[in-house]
Amino acid sequence: MKLGNTEAIEQRADAQSRVRRHGAALDVSAIPSFGFGHRSLMWWGTQGLIAIESTVFALTVATYFYLRSHADRWPPTEPPPDVLWGTVNTLLLLVSLLPAWLAKRCAEKIDLPRVRLWVTASSLFSLAVLGVRWFEFKTLNCLWYGSAYGSVVWTLLGLHTLHLVTDAYDTLVLNVLVFTGPLEGKRFVDVSENALYWYFVVFSWLPIYAVLYWAPRGG
Amino acid sequence: MTRDPAWPDKPDIEPLRNTVPPSAEQILALERTWRDPPGWLGFISAINHKTIGVRFIVTAFGFFVAGGLLAALMRLQLARPESRLIGPDLYNQLFTMHGTTMMFLFAVPVMQAVSVYLVPLMVGARSIAFPRMNAYAFWVYLFGGLMLYVAFAMNIGPDAGWFAYVPLSGPDYSPGKRVDFWAQLITFTELSGLLEAVILITTVFKLRAPGMTLNRLPLFVWGMLVTAFMVLFAMPSVMLASSALIMDRLVGTHFYNPAEGGDALLWQHLFWFFGHPEVYLIFIPGLGFISAIIPTFSRRPIFGYSAMVLALIATAFLSFGLWVHHMFATNLPELGKSFFTAVSMMIAIPSAVQIFCWIATLWTGRLNLKTPLLFVLAFFVILVIGGLSGVMLASVPLDLQVHDTYFVVAHLHYVLIGGAVFPLIGAIYYWYPKITGRLMSERLGRWNFWLFFVGFNIAFFPMHLLGLMGMPRRVYTYPKEMGWGGLNLLSTVGAVMVAFSVLLFLVNAWRSRTHGALAGDNPWGAGTLEWGTSSPPPAGNFNAVPVVHGREPLWEAQPEPTHVSGLAADQREVLVTTVLEAHPDHRVVFPVPTPWPFVGAVATTVLFVGSIFTPWAVVWGMVPVAIALTAWFWPRRRETRAHLALERSP
Repeated sequence: MKLGNTEAIEQRADAQSRVRRHGAALDVSAIPSFGFGHRSLMWWGTQGLIAIESTVFALTVATYFYLRSHADRWPPTEPPPDVLWGTVNTLLLLVSLLPAWLAKRCAEKIDLPRVRLWVTASSLFSLAVLGVRWFEFKTLNCLWYGSAYGSVVWTLLGLHTLHLVTDAYDTLVLNVLVFTGPLEGKRFVDVSENALYWYFVVFSWLPIYAVLYWAPRGG
Repeated sequence: MTRDPAWPDKPDIEPLRNTVPPSAEQILALERTWRDPPGWLGFISAINHKTIGVRFIVTAFGFFVAGGLLAALMRLQLARPESRLIGPDLYNQLFTMHGTTMMFLFAVPVMQAVSVYLVPLMVGARSIAFPRMNAYAFWVYLFGGLMLYVAFAMNIGPDAGWFAYVPLSGPDYSPGKRVDFWAQLITFTELSGLLEAVILITTVFKLRAPGMTLNRLPLFVWGMLVTAFMVLFAMPSVMLASSALIMDRLVGTHFYNPAEGGDALLWQHLFWFFGHPEVYLIFIPGLGFISAIIPTFSRRPIFGYSAMVLALIATAFLSFGLWVHHMFATNLPELGKSFFTAVSMMIAIPSAVQIFCWIATLWTGRLNLKTPLLFVLAFFVILVIGGLSGVMLASVPLDLQVHDTYFVVAHLHYVLIGGAVFPLIGAIYYWYPKITGRLMSERLGRWNFWLFFVGFNIAFFPMHLLGLMGMPRRVYTYPKEMGWGGLNLLSTVGAVMVAFSVLLFLVNAWRSRTHGALAGDNPWGAGTLEWGTSSPPPAGNFNAVPVVHGREPLWEAQPEPTHVSGLAADQREVLVTTVLEAHPDHRVVFPVPTPWPFVGAVATTVLFVGSIFTPWAVVWGMVPVAIALTAWFWPRRRETRAHLALERSP
């Protein structure tokens, strides 16, 4: 189970109970030196990036439909992308949520051996997804310079792939770090936030998948 | 017990924690801990938000002067009809460079620059959040601006206008590299702006001093918070637009090419979905400056704090529903345009709420008529004129008449200079003593103000009339028979006055560093936290982090506890508080200075500039960026050891 809301509230209340008052001084030396979820700065930084990139995806999807609204036929001449590899990747991405979730949960319990296991699994999944992505590009059945349709399809898939590449790289760097160190408490926050970002990469894929593979088939 | 070789034990070192009041030893240790390192390596490694903030402000004003000189050249060219001073090609570059500089390299960045310096001080924090990223964002911005000016110096400056409409800016009508430099400048500045937005939001939400609930946040900080949220949702649009443009130009995509299913109006939608909120990205920080200056110089708290905050948020939302009013001259459905007219009128309501609150504050206060307040009072006059011409332009029939004429040029300068630059100059006079420890000259300040105010109106008011007479914008000259010569000459005279006034401002800022009167901590008798520390502030901002009990902490009685104790003075330890109530939540040790953000910014520059010449730069250019960012992130053993000494699990 994810670090539950009540648990987070309890931890926060506990931190506040460790604040001491001595006359003019508010003594904070006993409060924790890291915190998970929205208590941490990393969470806010990650949410900021997610907000920015969700906007980019939403605007690109809007561009897709804007261009479609100006077209007589969609796709203009090409057949729609083959659904096989896109669907395989969608399933793979959905399954990859499990190791990401486990890595996040073990990080929040500061369980280093299991963090190592699930971060490694997450790395392998991200590489597998990138491998399948290669075949997706090969079966798009259009080219970016063929028509505006091809341009927006390649841009949409390219943008999502950029996120895959960066998060796969992030995960690999973290993967090395959890084995070599030097570790401290806040590195577990990094693991937790990296998993959160992977959630975003997966969940943002679902609408993009629907647009790329099913919108051209929807009449 | 050894946990794991990768995870060292808590070392046996006792951190130096601060007491209240802090001892001389602790204050010295704090200064040593938070100071930027010396030497040239220290220069590129600096991450203190005050160092970066000052560099950011100075750089932005450097671009302001550059953009102003370009404008002066245009005014000289237009001073008389059929002038041969500047040819059409250079003139196209001049107005494009002027607009691009002022919008992308000055107006938005300078607001973020000022808040990089001020926001941590105003919320009682030792540092800005993500200080290394802050340094990176600065370098990216600087390198982007330099790239644009190097291109301009080599006669490949952009020439398709600051909003670079397709098809003019597309591959068919703008061959060569000029527009590519423009598109990549957008990538640079928006990357920097987006990162700063994330940094500022995190700083405001998580690094406030204990007791500074959101309900006690200074209005300037509210303004910057709202602005930062707008940036998150507005800037991606122009990044997408300019990336699609450069792909159309370089790799043969067809986003804006109607012959292959693309659409030229798509550019206008994407650009103005950013471009209209951008006006408010410039304007809302200006409102924030005013809300900081008016209470101090009226010697009373602001009237209607909650109404002011709600008005800011309402303005932000409405500003996203206005973009089509830049497109009234296109073939969009008329009913749709009516909607955008309505929203354009509606946004006057929250603006009016704020103006009435300021008037009420001024009315019931005891005025201290110093230079910062003069600039704010001028705002009222100029912005009302700009707002009135805005209400006129919001109606479709009138807009069609004056579209692309000098009437629009007059309107936008009244709004942007009146709404943002006047408050900004006032803000510089206001906070200069905090940054340097000395006051700017009041006498030069008054000369600066009156020359600017009179010169501005002489320069821009005639443009309303020229626009109504039919003079189009972006023409390098005009025939004598049109009868526009007299007003244009008058406008140029005003522009010269403004240039002279800006020169006085720069002289004042330069001289006062060493010759100004000593300021002390709080020369204006203000109520917010930044005035509670010395001028200039120590490297760690506050000798002890304050505890806040009200909206104007320096004007109110200080019940106990007054300050925070127990934070390390020999480590960059900061206090993280909860979002709404600012209760102490945990302590975090911030990173130390490092050259890697600088190296990362250089690598990013190579990638962006390289991609103008070959699309493969996007691929190989990622390798050095990845190396730099990894080295930036990778923890060092010695630092980790020091962090472990302070560690405590949740």
